[in-house]
Amino acid sequence: MSEKGQTDKVTVNIDGKDVDVPTGITMIEAAEIAGKEVPHYCYHPKLSISGNCRMCLVEMGMPMRDRATGEPVMDDDGKQKIGWMPKPAIACNSKVSPGLHIKTDTDLVKDCRNGIMEFLLVNHPLDCPICDQAGECRLQEFATDYGRGFSRFIEEKNVKPKRTVLGPRVILDDERCILCSRCIRFMDEVADDPVLGFTERGSYSTLTCFPGKNLDSNYSLNTVDICPVGALTSRDFRFKMRVWFLKSVKSICTESSAGANTEVWQREGKIYRITPRRNDAVNDTWMTDSGRALYKQVEAENRLVQPKVNGGSASATEAVSAASKILKESDKIAVVASTHSSVEEQHFLSKLVRGKKAKVHAVAHLGEEDGLLLSADRTPNTRGAFITGLISELPSADLSALGSQIDAGEVDTVLAVHEDLAAVGLSDEQIDKVKLIQIATVSTPSAEKAAVLIPSLTVFERSGSFVNQQFRLQKFHAVVPGPAGLLSDLQVFASLAALTAGGVSESVRLKDAWDSLSSEIEELQGLQFRTIPDEGLAVPPGNFANIPFPEKKSLKFDSREFVREAMGVSEAS
Amino acid sequence: MSAGENRILFKNIDQPGYGRDIDSYMAAGGYETLKKAVGMKPEEICSEVMDSGIRGRGGAGFPAGMKWKFLDRKSGKPIYLVCNADESEPGTFKDRQIIYKDPHQLIEGMMISAYGTQTALAFIYIRGEMYEGARILEEAIEEARAKNFLGDNILGSGYSCDLIVHRGAGAYICGEETGLIESIEGKRPYPRIKPPYFPAVLGLYMCPTIVNNVETLCHVKHVIERGGKEYAKIGKPGNTGTRIWSVSGHVQKPGYYEIECGAMTYGELINDLCGGLRPGRKLKAIIPGGSSSKVLRADERFTGKLKDGTEFDWGVGDIPLDFDSPMAAGTMSGSGAVIVMDDSTDIVGALANINAFYAHESCGQCTPCREGSLWLKKVTARMIAGEAREEDADLLKSIADQIEGRTICAHGEATAWPVQSFILKFRDEFIEYARKQAAERKAKNAQPAAVA
Repeated sequence: MSEKGQTDKVTVNIDGKDVDVPTGITMIEAAEIAGKEVPHYCYHPKLSISGNCRMCLVEMGMPMRDRATGEPVMDDDGKQKIGWMPKPAIACNSKVSPGLHIKTDTDLVKDCRNGIMEFLLVNHPLDCPICDQAGECRLQEFATDYGRGFSRFIEEKNVKPKRTVLGPRVILDDERCILCSRCIRFMDEVADDPVLGFTERGSYSTLTCFPGKNLDSNYSLNTVDICPVGALTSRDFRFKMRVWFLKSVKSICTESSAGANTEVWQREGKIYRITPRRNDAVNDTWMTDSGRALYKQVEAENRLVQPKVNGGSASATEAVSAASKILKESDKIAVVASTHSSVEEQHFLSKLVRGKKAKVHAVAHLGEEDGLLLSADRTPNTRGAFITGLISELPSADLSALGSQIDAGEVDTVLAVHEDLAAVGLSDEQIDKVKLIQIATVSTPSAEKAAVLIPSLTVFERSGSFVNQQFRLQKFHAVVPGPAGLLSDLQVFASLAALTAGGVSESVRLKDAWDSLSSEIEELQGLQFRTIPDEGLAVPPGNFANIPFPEKKSLKFDSREFVREAMGVSEAS
Repeated sequence: MSAGENRILFKNIDQPGYGRDIDSYMAAGGYETLKKAVGMKPEEICSEVMDSGIRGRGGAGFPAGMKWKFLDRKSGKPIYLVCNADESEPGTFKDRQIIYKDPHQLIEGMMISAYGTQTALAFIYIRGEMYEGARILEEAIEEARAKNFLGDNILGSGYSCDLIVHRGAGAYICGEETGLIESIEGKRPYPRIKPPYFPAVLGLYMCPTIVNNVETLCHVKHVIERGGKEYAKIGKPGNTGTRIWSVSGHVQKPGYYEIECGAMTYGELINDLCGGLRPGRKLKAIIPGGSSSKVLRADERFTGKLKDGTEFDWGVGDIPLDFDSPMAAGTMSGSGAVIVMDDSTDIVGALANINAFYAHESCGQCTPCREGSLWLKKVTARMIAGEAREEDADLLKSIADQIEGRTICAHGEATAWPVQSFILKFRDEFIEYARKQAAERKAKNAQPAAVA
């Protein structure tokens, strides 16, 4: 997860063209830079090199030197001769070096790919019509691009287990498996839970869990992502939808402050799955299983869709204006802010807070860190709340401070954002004492008591940005439309801020938020929503760096470096 | 010992009254060379081995002295010495003679090699099926330890090294040196990718490691006993010392024969030492160096130039028994296993047998070998089951071509070479095989149906 710094360059020759590439990368990566596809199965940029699929065979040559003198050997044109290796070499394993020559489009290379494709398919069931991987399957893609187009195999295919349940979320079809070992390496090297391995040998090799073990790690679904074929499938997603019908939208995982970059896949307003999106500065190419399940909140059984005023149905606009009236009338307001809110939402909420001189409370949602992508802070945007000035102290364990203020009569009106007050430390009596404006996505007992209830949108239905534990500003986009008639939190907070200040409610967009954010917040100066890159942007933490945030472990790791170190292999070797 | 043999390693083996115990060995002058060796400087041992020109007896024939020289001594990591006693190449049965009948010779050779390379710990990786061999070695090690030929402060030299017997679990691929290393480490014996995992740099436990064959390590004893230059006088330049040839198949006297390199030919070995073919039979083919080496047809002729410039024109029987000559004839001496086939041999059946072996022993790590070897097996199995097709010959060759040179380890070549050479040299027989079956089927179908 380290950001690659500027490295030295070396010149290599790929298919006759000189290309400058960073030192230390492999031939396969160099070819990619040169725009040449080197097909591969077992190679994965974030795992150790296994070299077993042999799909990436290329021709490799080095400038010749005289063995005795060490002097370069020149050809008739005064150029250094290239000594081509007698056998093809795998491009995933060898590092680039000055003068390295690679050929990726010779007859030999084509014949190698052709042969490997044929071999991979001889015992493959060719059951694409019922395979979930179809449409995003490397076997399909490379068979089309590099395969022979017909089979010479007339023998009987091997028979292997068809539906092995490896764990609660992953199922295995061993006949489809091409034994690339990516999943084994992932569980060992990244998830640090080595439960997968091969049994049997030769073509009868079979992927399986070790005896008495389960693939139940919270990272198990990454094995499904990196499986280049349809061997490992997600029990949640399989047989639900053809992938070519799905469209993906870039999003951010809200499970914790790690802020894994994700893609959320939908068709016709329904979300089917969440997959990680590569970001070497944050989550490499991984995410948690639990984060992938979050899309289910969109269709949660207790999802709130009906705004209410004093228990009676109302439109969202009516609810907002009722809320603004309550807020206008009180000068003993407390806001229970949420670190689930986006930077933009927090910005408008903090305007409201400043305008009404409201007391601000926030509740911490903490959990155990797993050292990978599940951090101690189980909300995505605590740092955003500091940067926008919404909070100035770390969220507290519960709302007992607010309870005391209510008991002391210092608070008579509470605007609760995404918190179930009863669940975070307020007694029923205390809740009953105040006028409650509740903003929430799901129904709770205290929400039902609210004077004004404003149902809200999930992260999949709105756009905005979060600041993760690395002080990295990352944006997410609406994947599906929210329930009809609901307003976004952004609009609700903007309207409340305007109305309570005596102004009028106007329709706001993200751009409006950023126009004032970039002028009012020092850390965000000059930024616009559209200028935040997809991979996010580091925000200077400034004074906030000294805040004792709950995350104890940093997000920095690079599995491949780790593996090399563990094996005592230096870069030089 | 038959006339024509020159027994150095096998000098005492099979001699009446010679046992495998340490007393027998010491009575025959055993461990004297170790005593000599610990009085020398380690680097002197290495240079004697270099001078001897001795080449590895496991199959590849790589110079042992050179292998030792590649050891990474700058890393500061401990050095390991591993004896490859996984002898599994079909047709090969030489190392087991030493292990079963003269284990102390191997131990002495290993301890000299260990001292020379300053090994921290030595292993004998023995094939799983040789259970008795492992027991014998362990007994012998205890005998040697009692006399301080291994263990702490060997013979008062200040050098300590222990020797561990590690049993395999029965896999041919464990004879591949990096697969063997993985196996000792307790993993599946998937051969490692080279580079970077050359054993001399990143071997056992990622430390510099020497892996030598049983026969090679025994030769080290005789190299030090005689001196490297003196030893190099045995055999021919570049092909020094003696070699043990395991002869099996259609000869009168199959068995093991230790012969000075280049002193005899394949013809002399078969006809003189092995008593020739069975009566009335003619030679059809020879597999000259273990089942993975390319087959030679009895009526082939080989012409060309050797490395030293001398021209040759050989029939199969004229090929000298050494390292370079079989290579010049387009095959290899490999592990020294000579499989003789006379004219009664069903050549398709022979290949089916070989294919079954390599498919069974493919570790399954890399695609070409894993899928190709089983496909080859399935094709030849179908052929001998009566479903041969004329195009199978070319299909077999094509599959083999898609394996060779594209795998992680040499098992790919071991799988491909027999197929390529069988088809190249007996293509007509493969096609005739299919035609004959087709004709038989036709005749059978043409017969009137039996009356019920």
